Amino acid sequence: MSDIILERKRLPAGAEWTFEAIDQYHEQIARVAADYQLDTYPVQVEMITSEQMMDAYASVGMPVNYHHWTFGKQFLATEKQYKRGQMGLAYEIVINSDPCIAYLMEENTLTMQALVIAHAAYGHNAFFKGNYLFRTWTSPDAIVDYLIFARNYIAQCEQRHGVEAVEELLDSCHALMNLGVDRYKRPPKLSLAKETLRQEERETYLQRQVNELWRTLPGQGGNKSAKEAPRFPPEPQENILYFIEKHAPLLEPWQREIVRIVRKVAQYFFPQRQTQVMNEGWASYWHYTLLNTLYDEGLLADSFMMEFLHSHSSVMYQPNYNDPWYNGINPYALGFAMWQDIRRICEAPTDEDRAWFPDIAGGNWRETFDFAMRNFKDESFIAQFLSPRLMRQFKLFSVQDDDRKDKLAVSAIHEERGYRSLRERLSNQYNLGCREPNIQVWNVDFRGDRSLTLRYQPFNRRPLAKSAEEVMKHLARLWGFTVRLETLEADGSTSLTYECCKEKRHPRPAA
Amino acid sequence: MVRIIDRRFDSKKKSTVNRQRFMRRFKRQIRRAVSDAIEGRSIRDLDSGEEIAIPAKDLSEPSFQQGREGIWEQVFSGNDRFASGDQIDRPLGGEGGAGSGKASNEGESEDDFVFQLSREEFLDIFFEDLALPNLVRTQLAKLTEFKTQRAGFTSDGVPTNINVVRSLRGALGRRMALGGPLSQRVREIDREIEALREDELTNAEAIRRLREERSALLVRIEAIPFIDRFDLRYNNRVRVPKPVTQAVMFCVMDVSGSMDEEKKSTAKRFFMLLYLFLQRNYEHIEVVFIRHHTIAKEVDEDEFFHSRESGGTVVSSALRLMTDIVTERYNPGAWNIYGAQASDGDNWDNDSPICHQILDEELLALCRYFAYIEITAGEPQNLWRVYEGLAEAHPNFAMQRIESLEDIYPVFRELFKKEPA
Repeated sequence: MSDIILERKRLPAGAEWTFEAIDQYHEQIARVAADYQLDTYPVQVEMITSEQMMDAYASVGMPVNYHHWTFGKQFLATEKQYKRGQMGLAYEIVINSDPCIAYLMEENTLTMQALVIAHAAYGHNAFFKGNYLFRTWTSPDAIVDYLIFARNYIAQCEQRHGVEAVEELLDSCHALMNLGVDRYKRPPKLSLAKETLRQEERETYLQRQVNELWRTLPGQGGNKSAKEAPRFPPEPQENILYFIEKHAPLLEPWQREIVRIVRKVAQYFFPQRQTQVMNEGWASYWHYTLLNTLYDEGLLADSFMMEFLHSHSSVMYQPNYNDPWYNGINPYALGFAMWQDIRRICEAPTDEDRAWFPDIAGGNWRETFDFAMRNFKDESFIAQFLSPRLMRQFKLFSVQDDDRKDKLAVSAIHEERGYRSLRERLSNQYNLGCREPNIQVWNVDFRGDRSLTLRYQPFNRRPLAKSAEEVMKHLARLWGFTVRLETLEADGSTSLTYECCKEKRHPRPAA
Repeated sequence: MVRIIDRRFDSKKKSTVNRQRFMRRFKRQIRRAVSDAIEGRSIRDLDSGEEIAIPAKDLSEPSFQQGREGIWEQVFSGNDRFASGDQIDRPLGGEGGAGSGKASNEGESEDDFVFQLSREEFLDIFFEDLALPNLVRTQLAKLTEFKTQRAGFTSDGVPTNINVVRSLRGALGRRMALGGPLSQRVREIDREIEALREDELTNAEAIRRLREERSALLVRIEAIPFIDRFDLRYNNRVRVPKPVTQAVMFCVMDVSGSMDEEKKSTAKRFFMLLYLFLQRNYEHIEVVFIRHHTIAKEVDEDEFFHSRESGGTVVSSALRLMTDIVTERYNPGAWNIYGAQASDGDNWDNDSPICHQILDEELLALCRYFAYIEITAGEPQNLWRVYEGLAEAHPNFAMQRIESLEDIYPVFRELFKKEPA
C-alpha cells in the first residue's frame, strides 16, 4: 500500500523536461525549503535559449543593460568559448531582484533544471534576501526598473550627443568603476519614478552647485594664499566617481547623469564581489540538502541522483596546487565545505571544535546558519568560521612572496601553530581592502590650476600596476584639468607617481 | 504554482548592438586582421566568414590594480611536502603553484582576442570603400526607371485591381462556413418533421415549434450576404527599380608557360577577389573570363580558375578576343565595360607593341577602366615597359605590380578605391 503511494508521488525522471515536470519539482523543492525555514523572495523562473544565456552573460548577468562595446566583446568571447565547447555555459543566472528571477537554459536536462531551481531560486535567493551586504547596498525591488531607466537615458544621450561622445564617457567611467562605490555609507534606495522625476531637478541643481564652486575663484594674486587655503575636499573621498559626479567642473548635466548610472551599477555589484565564497557555498549547500531530503522522502529516482551527484561533485572539486588545472581556491568547494562544517560543529562537535568555537559548538545549526549568513562577508566569514579540521582537509598552506628576498617562504601550514595565521591570511585574500588598491581623492587645487590629486596608500609595499597610467588619462578626461596621483610612502612622505596634464578648456555655459 | 515564463521566443540577438559597437570601435584593428587573412589561404575561403585575431592589449580596459612588487601572500591547497618556514625557489613563468595567482595581476602574457566574423561582416570590411571607377549611368539612372511586377494579392486596393476569382472563392468559403451549420440544422428539422408526421395530432405542437425554428433559420441563412467587403481580393503590384546600368568585367589571365604555379595562384587569387567583390557589390554585372597563352579562349568561371592548360605567350590574342566580344555582345553605348588583365609581363617581343596598339586605339576608348597587373618578383618585363606610355595618355588605364601574395590586397584596394565624389 505505502509502496503505491510513494510510486505515485515520485517525481518525473529522464532527461527531457516539460513545464509540468519543472513545476512539480519546484513545488516539492519549495515545500522542503519552507520546512528548512529558508526565507526567500518570490520566485520567477524564466526559460531561455543558450543564445539568450550568452546575451545575459555578456551584459553582466542583467536582463537589460545599456549598450557598450565592452558587452559586445564579452559576447564574442563567450560565444567563441561556448561554440568550441571549452565552456559549458553556467547552469544558472540568478538576478538579485524581487521577485527573484532565475534563468533556466533550454538545453539542460530535467535534473539540471531541478538543481538550478534549488541552487539559484532558493539558495542564492535566500542569501540575497538575508545577507546584510545585499540588504544594505542593493535595492532588489528597483534594480530592473533602474536599468531600464539607465538604458533609455543613455540611448537618448547617444541620439543627442552622438554615440562616440557617450562611449568615451562610459569608457572613462568604467575605468574608475571599482572606485565608484561607497564602502561604508548606505546609498539611498532606488526608484524608477523618483529617478525620472528628480533627474531634471538634479541636473539644474548640480550645475548650479558647480558654478557656485568656481565663482569663488579669487582674482589676481590669489596664489599667495594657496598654501593656507583649506583642502578641498576637507576629508579624503573614497568614492571617486561620486566626487566626479558632484564636483567635476566641466561636465555637462547629462554627463553627470551617466557617471551616476555607472556608479549605481557598480554599487549594485559591490556585495557580490565580497560574498562569493559564502554565497556560492550557501547555494550549493542548499541544493545539496534540499535534493537529498527529497531523495530521502523517496521522491527522486536513482538516475536523477546519479546525474545530480556527478554534476555536484565536479563543481565542488578542489585541485591541488601542483595540478595543472589548479586555479586558486575553488570558492564553491571552500564555501560548501565550510557550511557543511558549521553544521557538523553544531551537531557533532569534537573537543577541538569546542575549544575553537565555544559559541556554536553543540548549538542549533539552523540558527547558526542564519546568523552566519546574515551578518558576514567572505573575509569575516572565513576569519570566524574556518575550522582547523577544514584546513587539514584542504591541506592549506600559505606562501609569502617578498620581492626583497631571493626565495619564497612557506609562512604557515595546516598545523597547530599555523591555524590562526593561516586563517587570517586566507581571510585577507578575500578582503577587498587588500585586493584592491586604496586610492582616495586627496585634494583639488581650486584656487590654482584646478588640478585634482589622488593619493595611493600601498598595502605591503605593492605599487600600482602600469595600467594606472591609462586610468589617469580617463580620469583627466572626466575631470577636465590636470590630474595627479601621489603615493604615500612608508615613511610618511609622498611622491608624485603619475601626472596627466590637461589644459583643454571647453566653453562653459554662461552663469 | 511557480511563475515559469517562457522567454525562448523573445527577441534574440539582444547583443547585436553591442557587437556592432565593438566592430565599429576596433575597425582599424579588424581591418588589419582582415588584410592579413588573405595571406596564405585561398580567397575562395573568404566567402565563409573568418576567424579574426586582434591584439588583446588594444581592447583591454584599464583599472587601478596592484603591481607585482611588494609582499604578496597567498594560500594554496593540497600541501604535500612543505613545512612552515621552508624556502622555495621562485617558480619561473608562473609555472607550478606559487606564481600563478600573481601573474594575472598585470596580465603580462595575454593572448590575442580571437573571434568569428560572419561572412557579411567580413566582406563588408574587406570591400569597404571600394567601387568600380567611372561607372557612369548608375548614378544618373538609378532612381528613374521602375518596372511593376506582381506580388500576390492584398485585401486592399482600387476597384480596377479586384481579382474576381479570388474574391468569389473567398465569398463562397465564407458562406459555407457561416451558413453550413444552419442549413444542416434545417435538414435535420425536415427529417424530424417527416418523422413526427406519422402521428400528426399528438405532435402538432412539436411540429409547429420545429416549423417556427425552421423559418427563423431560413431568415438567418437568407441574411448571409453573397459577397462581403472583406471577401474582396486585389491584385497586388509593386514597383521595383529597374537596373539600367549594365556593366561587364573582362578578366584576362595569362596562363602561358612562363607563369609558374606561384604566379598563377597569385593571379587566381587576384581574380577571385575581384569576382567576389563584383558579385557582392553589384547585383547586375556580367563577367567574361578569358584565358590565353598563344591563343585566347573564352571560358566559364570553373575552367578559368581550375583548368591547367598551358602554352606560349601571345598577349594580343586575348585583347583581340576581348575587342571581338565587345563588338559582338556589349554595345559600349549601353554597357559599362571594364577589363582586368593579369600577366607576368613576359610576352613574345614582337607582340607587345601590338598589345599597345590594340589598347591605345581600340579597347581603351571602349572601356571605362582597364587595369593591368603584372606579377613578377624582379624587374618589370617588356609588357610593363610598353604599357607605361598608356597610363599617361589614358586616365582610365591603371597598372600595378604584385610581387608577392601580401601585395594582392593593397594592390586591389589601390585599383578599386572609391573616388571622392
